[in-house]
Amino acid sequence: MNEVFLIAGMAVVTMATRIPLLMLLSRRKLPPAIESALKYVPPAVLSAIILPIVFMPGGELELSPGNASLVASLVAVIVAWRTRNLLLTIILGMAALLIWRAASVF
Amino acid sequence: MPKRKPSRLAGPNPRAQFWAGARATIPLLVGAFPFGLIYGALAVTSGLSPWAAAAMSAFVFAGSAQFISVGLIAAGTPTLIIILTTFVVNARHALYSATLAPYLRKVSSRWLVPLGFWLTDESFVVAAKQFEENPNQKNKESYLLGSEIAMYLNWQMVTWIGIAAGQAIPDPQGWGLDFALVVTFIGMLIPMIKGRPTLAAVLVAGAAALLGNSLPNQSGLLLAALLGNAAGVLTERAWPSPRLRGAKRRSNPQRGTT
Repeated sequence: MNEVFLIAGMAVVTMATRIPLLMLLSRRKLPPAIESALKYVPPAVLSAIILPIVFMPGGELELSPGNASLVASLVAVIVAWRTRNLLLTIILGMAALLIWRAASVF
Repeated sequence: MPKRKPSRLAGPNPRAQFWAGARATIPLLVGAFPFGLIYGALAVTSGLSPWAAAAMSAFVFAGSAQFISVGLIAAGTPTLIIILTTFVVNARHALYSATLAPYLRKVSSRWLVPLGFWLTDESFVVAAKQFEENPNQKNKESYLLGSEIAMYLNWQMVTWIGIAAGQAIPDPQGWGLDFALVVTFIGMLIPMIKGRPTLAAVLVAGAAALLGNSLPNQSGLLLAALLGNAAGVLTERAWPSPRLRGAKRRSNPQRGTT
C-alpha cells in the first residue's frame, strides 16, 4: 500500500466536503427561507451520532439494563438537563458507565 | 497558560473572539482525547507506519474517517476504496459548511480555505450554537478559527501520544473510553432542546439513525441528519412557538456593542 497516495487522496476528498460549499454559499445572498432551512442540522447531527452508539453498542438493538452505554447515557441526559453543565455531564456519565460495568460483573 | 477572562467579557475584536472560540471548545478537547489515543494506538497496530498515522491526523484531520480507514487498512482494503469511503463518511461536512456559510458573508477566500480545512463535528457544533444565539457577533471567523485550532492542536498531540504509548495499553476500547464522546455530545445536545422543533429534529434524526444504522459507510448518519432537520423545519411551520423561551434570558456576549 502506498501511504503517500492514501493520505493525499483522503486529504483531497475530505477537503472537497469541507471547503467548496463554504466558499460558494458565503458569497451568494440566499433567500432567508433557504438560510433558515438548515437551522436544525446541529441537534439532528448530534442525535444521529449518539443514538446508534447508545442503543446499538454491538450493532444490534440492546434495550436492557445490561447495556451499560444506555444506563450511563440516561445518567448523562439527566445531569445535562438539570445542570446544563458540560464538564459535569462528561464526568458523571463516564463514572456511571464504569460503575455500571463494574457492578454488572457480579 | 495565563487565566483568561470569562467569555461574557470577551470583546468583539478578533483576538478576543479567537480565545472565546478556543475556550468554548475545551470540554470537547477532553472528549476527543481518548479518541486520539485509541486512533494512534490502532493505526500503528493496523499496519500503518507511525509517520503515516501522524500525517493522517495532520492532513486529513477527520476522526471518524481516520478510524474507519484504519479498520479498512487492517482488513487489507484497496487504497482507492478507502479514499472513496472517506469521502462518503465525510460527506456530512458539506452540510456543516452549508450551515455556517451564511454567517461568514464578509470573510475573504484566504480565510475560508483554512476555515474549511479545519472544520470538524466539534467546531461546527460549537460555532453553529454560538452564531445562532448571537447572530450579530463580530469576527465570527476568528471565533470559529479559535475553536478549530484548539481541536487541531489537541488532535495532533493526542495522536502522537497514542502512537507512542498506545501499544502499551492492552485493549484501549475495552476501557469504555470511546464512550467519552457520547457523553460530551449529550452534554451539548440537551441544552439545545428548547422547543418542539428541536425536539422533533432530535427524535426523528435519532430514530432514522437507528433504522439506517446498517446502511454502508455512515450514509445513514447523513440521511438521518437531513430528515431530522426537515422535521424541525416542518414542526416550526406547523406550531410556531409563541415566544422563544430561553433566548431572552441567555446572556449575550455582544450586549451593548451592536
